[in-house]
Amino acid sequence: MTLSTMLASMGEGMLRTCAIFFLTLIFSMPLGMIVMFLRRSRFRIVREITKIYIAIMRGTPLMLQLLAWYFGPYYLFGMSIRGYRFPAIIIGFAMNYAAYFAEIYRGGIEAIPQGQYEAAEVLGYNSVQTFFKIILPQVIKTILPSVTNEVITLVKDTSLAFTLAYNEMFSLAKQIAASQTSFMPFVIAGIFYFIANYVVAFVMERIEKHYDYYK
Amino acid sequence: MILQMNGIKKSFGSNEVLKDISLQVDSGEVVSIIGPSGSGKSTLLRCATFLETIDSGEIIYMDKQAVTTGTNGQAVYVGKNELAQVKRYFGLVFQQFNLFPHYSVLKNIMDAPIHVQKRLKEEVHQEAMELLRKMDLEARADAYPCQLSGGQQQRVAIARALALKPEILFFDEPTSALDPELTGEVLKVIRQLAEEKMTMVVVTHEMPFARAVSNRVIFMDKGFIVEQGDPEEVFGNPQQERTKQFLKNYQR
Ligand SMILES: Nc1ncnc2c1ncn2[C@@H]1O[C@H](COP(=O)(O)OP(=O)(O)O)[C@@H](O)[C@H]1O
Ligand SMILES: [Mg+2]
Repeated sequence: MTLSTMLASMGEGMLRTCAIFFLTLIFSMPLGMIVMFLRRSRFRIVREITKIYIAIMRGTPLMLQLLAWYFGPYYLFGMSIRGYRFPAIIIGFAMNYAAYFAEIYRGGIEAIPQGQYEAAEVLGYNSVQTFFKIILPQVIKTILPSVTNEVITLVKDTSLAFTLAYNEMFSLAKQIAASQTSFMPFVIAGIFYFIANYVVAFVMERIEKHYDYYK
Repeated sequence: MILQMNGIKKSFGSNEVLKDISLQVDSGEVVSIIGPSGSGKSTLLRCATFLETIDSGEIIYMDKQAVTTGTNGQAVYVGKNELAQVKRYFGLVFQQFNLFPHYSVLKNIMDAPIHVQKRLKEEVHQEAMELLRKMDLEARADAYPCQLSGGQQQRVAIARALALKPEILFFDEPTSALDPELTGEVLKVIRQLAEEKMTMVVVTHEMPFARAVSNRVIFMDKGFIVEQGDPEEVFGNPQQERTKQFLKNYQR
């Protein structure tokens, strides 16, 4: 097997890896916002349930969670899980990362001094204006470094999709390495993750620079 | 009459912080509030600006009743829209400035007039520059708060409050967070506003300033107004024992 055929057969896996990555971000980042609001709800019962959710998401292996999301419907409700593999992966990743993002957002929100809300209120801003014009931009600035960490972790975590026998890039690398008795696929995989994270770091740095005009 | 607060009571849990306080402020008047720490001065301003809700009493701005108390003794606030109308009458300058760090000086001043009062950008810009000239900060219009000294930040905060053209401006210890050498520039601005007959209520520990600038001084202690009157009277010839005690600590 030549290097180019190897790359070609891994190419599709790379696309799947990218799909997991982007779909997870697209769902988990807004979902994390909702979880954060629930975590800060004025109703104690809502707060407590959300806390338990976050504790489970952070306290158990993502691999186990993926298995639970995929096989759960079958074992619990006897539902057919054919064709459900990819959705299960996205749900599992999104629910897990939403918990982490929620805690990051919460840290960012709670770091905003009360005085910012009070100044906005006395100046007559309504609550929507206060959140989007005054609070959110400051929150984004403070949480960017933590978000970067999380996104980089996600790039590497995508390989966990192999748990559900989904042929993302890393699974393919293992198969090809076994069948060809070659270490090359792993080198390619490593380079792929490295480049992906290099791009992530580059993009995030640009965004951080954008917010650098004040401290 | 710009502001009438009658029979204001406010507790935090079992801690009764304002015990039947009444405060009237006439147009053009400058009222200083002095008193020991924890006597309820900030709470009074925060109740006047609706940052805290009172337990009972009434608050009237410019003949508009904002809070009433019925026979059951519970304060009732007017609806959201009416309250928003009343809020246009006052501004508040905080001890900690509370400027928006992500907005430039100019945007800090212009944003609320444009997006809250929906006024024209050109007109607001012109007025903002005028205010900055008055605060001697023209050159810093494009700076960010973190690039300014505390005294400059507080002057921007005053300009930001004035840009909404309030009828009355409250100050909660506007110089307490400043290094001593920077208090002068802020007090000078407030004095200038007093000369222009801006109606103001200033909580302060700057006794010479309160004596020189205000028309009336209020001494508060433990949630009561202990004594009030002409500054020369209160400072020169205090009637109450507690006032004398308090003022003695401020004489060097
Ligand atoms: N948000 C609050 N919750 C509970 N107690 C408060 C709160 N704000 C003020 N207090 C209490 O009210 C009293 C008066 O405080 P404050 O109005 O800040 O006094 P001053 O401004 O005169 O120093 C103090 O005992 C303070 O602990
Ligand atoms: Mg105070």
